[in-house]
Order: sequence, then C-alpha cells, then structure tokens
Amino acid sequence: MADAKVVSPHEILVEGALPADATAIRLVRSSDADIPLAVVSVKPAAQPNSFTLTTAETLNKQDHYQLTAKGVDQPWEIAPSPLAMVISVIIGSALINNFVFTRYLGLCVFFGVSKNKDTAIGMGVTFTIVGLLSGMISWTLNTFALEPLRLEFMQIIAFIGIVACLVQATDLILKKVNPVLHKKFGIYLVLITTNCIILAVPLLNATSGATFLQALGLSLGAGLGFALALFLMSCAIEKVNMAPVPLVFKGLPVAFIIAGLFALSFLGFSGLKVA
Amino acid sequence: MSEHRTPPPVSTMLMRGLFEENPIFRLALSLCPAVAVTTAVKNGLMLGVAVLVVQVLSSMSGSLVKHIINPKIRIPVFTLLIAIWVSAMDMILAAYFADVYQQVGLYVKLIVAFAIIISRMELFSMKHSVVPCFWDGLGMGLGFLVGLVLAGAFRELLGSGSIFGIAVLPFKPLLLVVLPAGGFFTIGLIMALFNWVDIKRGHKLPAGGGGAHG
Repeated sequence: MADAKVVSPHEILVEGALPADATAIRLVRSSDADIPLAVVSVKPAAQPNSFTLTTAETLNKQDHYQLTAKGVDQPWEIAPSPLAMVISVIIGSALINNFVFTRYLGLCVFFGVSKNKDTAIGMGVTFTIVGLLSGMISWTLNTFALEPLRLEFMQIIAFIGIVACLVQATDLILKKVNPVLHKKFGIYLVLITTNCIILAVPLLNATSGATFLQALGLSLGAGLGFALALFLMSCAIEKVNMAPVPLVFKGLPVAFIIAGLFALSFLGFSGLKVA
Repeated sequence: MSEHRTPPPVSTMLMRGLFEENPIFRLALSLCPAVAVTTAVKNGLMLGVAVLVVQVLSSMSGSLVKHIINPKIRIPVFTLLIAIWVSAMDMILAAYFADVYQQVGLYVKLIVAFAIIISRMELFSMKHSVVPCFWDGLGMGLGFLVGLVLAGAFRELLGSGSIFGIAVLPFKPLLLVVLPAGGFFTIGLIMALFNWVDIKRGHKLPAGGGGAHG
C-alpha cells in the first residue's frame, strides 16, 4: 500500500501515482470527512514515485487524514505512527494536563502522602502500576461489553467495581508472592480506591472514545504525572516543614498554597506541543 | 457492631458537619471538587447538592444493610451502594441541568471516589440506625455544600466580579483566583481563616496544624 505522511505544517509527502492536477485530489480530516482541505499544489518530490502536496490549511501531525484522487482506486490513510501517538498522549496527560495540577484530581491522596519523599515514591509507583492495569481492564470491558450491549449507564458501577477488585486482588497476590514488597507498598494499595484519578481515567477514555493505545497512554501518563506531582510536592513540603510558617497556615493551608504555585508553573507546559 | 450506640442530639449531628468537622476545611476530605468546580457559585451549588443527596441516601442505605453484610467486604459493598446513587444522580442532573452538567459532569461521576461519603458510612452508618444517619448525612452534606458555595462565591466575586453570573462589581479585582491555580490558593486561604477563627475562639489547633488529615 502506498504511504503518505505529514512532513511539515503545510506539506504532505505521498508515495504512489498521483494526478498532477491539484483539483483532482481530495484531502479531508477523518474526523469530519465532509469538509475538504484545499490542496494548493502537487510537486514531484526528491524520492522516486512520490509527490509533495502543499495545503493552505495548517496540518497537524497528530491528526488523521484521508486522501483520495480521481483515477486512483485506493485512498491514502494518513495517521501518526502508534508509538508517536502513545508518547504524545503520555506527555500530554503527565505534563500539559497534569491530573493533579491542572485537573485537580486525586487531591486527597496527594495531600495525604506528600509528607516525605519515601512515601511519595512508594505511592507514585504503586499508583502507576495499578492505574495502568485498571485503565486497560476498564477499556476492554467498556469496549467489548458495555458499549455493544448499550450498558453505558453502568460505567461508574463497573469501573469502580474493577478498581475495588483489582486493589483487593493485588493486595492478596502481593502478600502471598512477595511479602517484603507488600510490607512496603501494601498501605498505599488501600488508599488507591479513594483516589479519583483511578476512576477518572477510564471515564475520560470512555467519553472520548479512545483507542486501545490512547487508553494505554492516558493511563500511564496519568500515573506518571501523579507520581511526578507527588515527588515534587514532597520535596517542597520537606523544606517547608523546617521553615517558620505562621501558625494559622501550618499544615494543610500552606500545602495548598505550594500546590497553587506548582499549578501556576505547570501552566508553562500548556504551550508544549508534541510532534 | 450490631448494637446501636445512642446517637448524639440532632443539632450536634447537623452542626458538626458544618463547622468543627467541615469536610473540606477541617477534615480535608474530597478536595478535588472543592478546587476544581468552584470557579462559579452555580457550579459549586450544583455539585454540593449532588453530594448532599448522595451522602444522605448512601448513609441511610448503608445503615439499612449493615446487618446483612459481612464486615470484611463492607468497603466494596459500600462503594457499590454509593455508585448506584451516584449513577442515578448523574442521570438526573444530565437530564435536567444540562448546561451546568457540561462543566461539572466528570466530577459528579467522581463522587463515587469521594472519601467523605465512604468515611461517614464507615464511621457513622456502621454504628447507628437509619434516622440518625439521615441527620448525620445531612449535616456532612450541608457542610460540604457550604464549603463549595463559600469557595465558589469568593472566586467568582474576586475573579469575575459577579455572583451567580450577575455582575456585581464593575471590574475584575483579582483574575488570578479563577485561573486553575487560584483554586488551590482559595482553599488554602479559607482553611487558614478557619484556623484563625478557631484560635480566636480559644481552641487549640490539632497537632500538625489545621485540617488534620483523615
């Protein structure tokens, strides 16, 4: 199959036979296939048997496009490579839309366990693993059971059920298989059930109709972002504990102010675009 | 766990949730919505009402079934009970208040994971009968509602110069507070205010500062 990909914001590199007439070519976004994007010119590219399309509109490497041409039977599908997509979703959910600092989820656990670095790392690791597992299982259940059966109204109950079972199961398995690890991470497992992020990830995946890879990226990114937030916060809190904080601000109030400062600095990531 | 303790008087149960055990500013539970949806009073009010209803219904149903469930699996059972009420609430709000729901929809679904609800079931419903559970749930729910409305009013007034979407001030005093990060600052400041009032009233702060974590 002939190949096509977005090479720069206004150019697509197409492999295969294309008519030289720009009007015979139809380029659309897969998400709205009714609106054609104007193709300005078609030029032979440096490689043999390939062409460079120039468009008026700005193209995005993460979008899906469809290219059809008169006299050519097969359409070209332009899609980002799966790996690039997963990485962009991970970075997006870990930094740009960090679940703690820009979506304000998982705050109870966040403020609870960010008192020192060790617990922060323990919770971060445990959460990332369990979150990834529950994200995958929830996606599978939602796509293959709830949606075909039109049981979407059961989503909340199903997802929280999965989380509760998974936490219980991980706890039991870990206790049997590796008691040392269980002693270290066991207490964090119980806390995971009350972490909203673990429920928000499957719900967000279900609402956005994510593909398996996107769901994987979001689950992993959410976990990593949460771990990062916890670690940063615990470093700051350890320092603040030694500082003379006004009495009324001691404890949680000052933790909130610090979190606000972190949130402000995370706004800086909003300009980040992943190619 | 089967015998009932004598419940405290109704007024105590109601006021406890509002002040000394205010879920947001004192217990520091269920903070996510407190920071996230309080950019306007309306959003805070809607989520507050949703939590109030879910809290009352979950507390009562938890109290009803406590004798027939094995204490070992009470957490999953309670979670499922909450999930049922939240699903119902979610559908009702989506049907009748579509515009506000668009903004706070995700957080309505996430009520399931709010620690305040399950902690009340665990601490109160397991030991008391249905009627005290109603009052306790109402008190806690009201405390949550008041917290959300307070934070919402503060942020909307300072950030957008309006209350309930009606312009009150001719200018926007402090745009920062409606920005994402402003939620954290607002809650931190109100918590500090609660601590300050407590100190003025001669109470001692809990160890480790105000808002001891539950």
